[in-house]
Amino acid sequence: MIRVDIRKTLRAGQRCFQLDAQFASDSKRVVIYGASGAGKSQILKAIAGLSQPDGGVIELSGQRLFDSGAGINLPARKRRVGYLFQDYALFPHLNVRQNIGFGLQRGWFNPAARGEPAAVRYWLEAFGLAEVAHQMPDELSGGQRQRVALARALVAEPSALLLDEPFAALDPALRVRMREELDSLQRRLDIPMLLITHDPDDAATFGGHVLTIADGRVAGEDKHG
Amino acid sequence: MDAALIALGLSLKVALWATAIDLVLGVAFGYLLARGRFPGRDMLDALLTLPMVMPPTVLGYYLLVLIGRNGPLGAWLHSTFGINLIFTWQGAVIAAAVVAFPLVLKGARSAFEAVDLQLEQAARVLGVSPIGVFLRVSLPLAWRGVLAGALLAFARSMGEFGATLMVAGSIPGKTQTLSIAVYEAVQAGQDDTANVLVLVTSITCVLVLVAATRLAPRRVEAA
Repeated sequence: MIRVDIRKTLRAGQRCFQLDAQFASDSKRVVIYGASGAGKSQILKAIAGLSQPDGGVIELSGQRLFDSGAGINLPARKRRVGYLFQDYALFPHLNVRQNIGFGLQRGWFNPAARGEPAAVRYWLEAFGLAEVAHQMPDELSGGQRQRVALARALVAEPSALLLDEPFAALDPALRVRMREELDSLQRRLDIPMLLITHDPDDAATFGGHVLTIADGRVAGEDKHG
Repeated sequence: MDAALIALGLSLKVALWATAIDLVLGVAFGYLLARGRFPGRDMLDALLTLPMVMPPTVLGYYLLVLIGRNGPLGAWLHSTFGINLIFTWQGAVIAAAVVAFPLVLKGARSAFEAVDLQLEQAARVLGVSPIGVFLRVSLPLAWRGVLAGALLAFARSMGEFGATLMVAGSIPGKTQTLSIAVYEAVQAGQDDTANVLVLVTSITCVLVLVAATRLAPRRVEAA
């Protein structure tokens, strides 16, 4: 379902980092695990189309998103992936409803502050956010923010969901609960999820197929069920 | 008093047009400089900021050379559209727009730079086109900074003297703006007129500055 074979050289001043990652997985739960700076985020950004590898191939759910040999590089907006940013990247000028409906609305204007398409209403209900639908992101708790970000990513029915350190910003108690929520969400929607984390507990509880990344390369893999 | 009101009206007209032009160009170039990665970016930035440090009379001279009857742009405008900009209020608009441009540019650039890159990325992943990302995320989050810059540009345009005098001259009721009228009144020894003109100018500038400072701090809150 996912196949990644990419190379990228990153330079920051004198330092030079080589990403050279190859992996493939049929699991609907893939965890990329590694220390910070190992290249996990680069892999996720490359899959989403937010950063362009120097060369290689990226395939997701049978679709070729990037292929340097064939000159294929689908722009991020056409890849139909959901992306959960580490600190959620909720739009601070839009309320919860508008944030969730953002991707449903095409064109040059944001969704109306009061408009509520059926899909938005569904996710508001599903995540217990109906009460706060009119509130701005900075008025929400950490858990609510994450649910809004999840709803925003899922509302357009993406072909896969990419999660960047989804639990790092949460306190330990909430982290355990959100892990369970994500776990049941994946089972319910049966959507492929690819999660990157530096926390071994995330890998242990969520992972179906755990890939360990070190120094820009896949150093090991481990399959559970 | 009538003359003062006419001069004020002309100054407001010139400043409004100049600010409108600067707003469009300042937002475009501010965004380009904040987000674009291309060779010559620093050169472009320096070039566009130049009007801030150059004497207005020098800018006025450049403009005369460029849009005067014999200038490359001026000759073309005259032969193609029959337009002459020298000694017209439209010429004053161009002079004021050039002088005040860096203020909008600086405000817009730093406002766009303050917008979290991840928010723009989030919008892209959600399927929004580049223009959509700009209009729905970047601009709404940066507009306070842009507007604060525009208000400063408006105030600067109101006070423009050197470049305007070079390009548009000092024709009462036609191109004689407030600041030029002050100079003329003092030169002619009309102290009463000068007093009125100075007072009108000062009040306008204070009002604009108050508006600008009210906008500026709330930008931080939105970010």
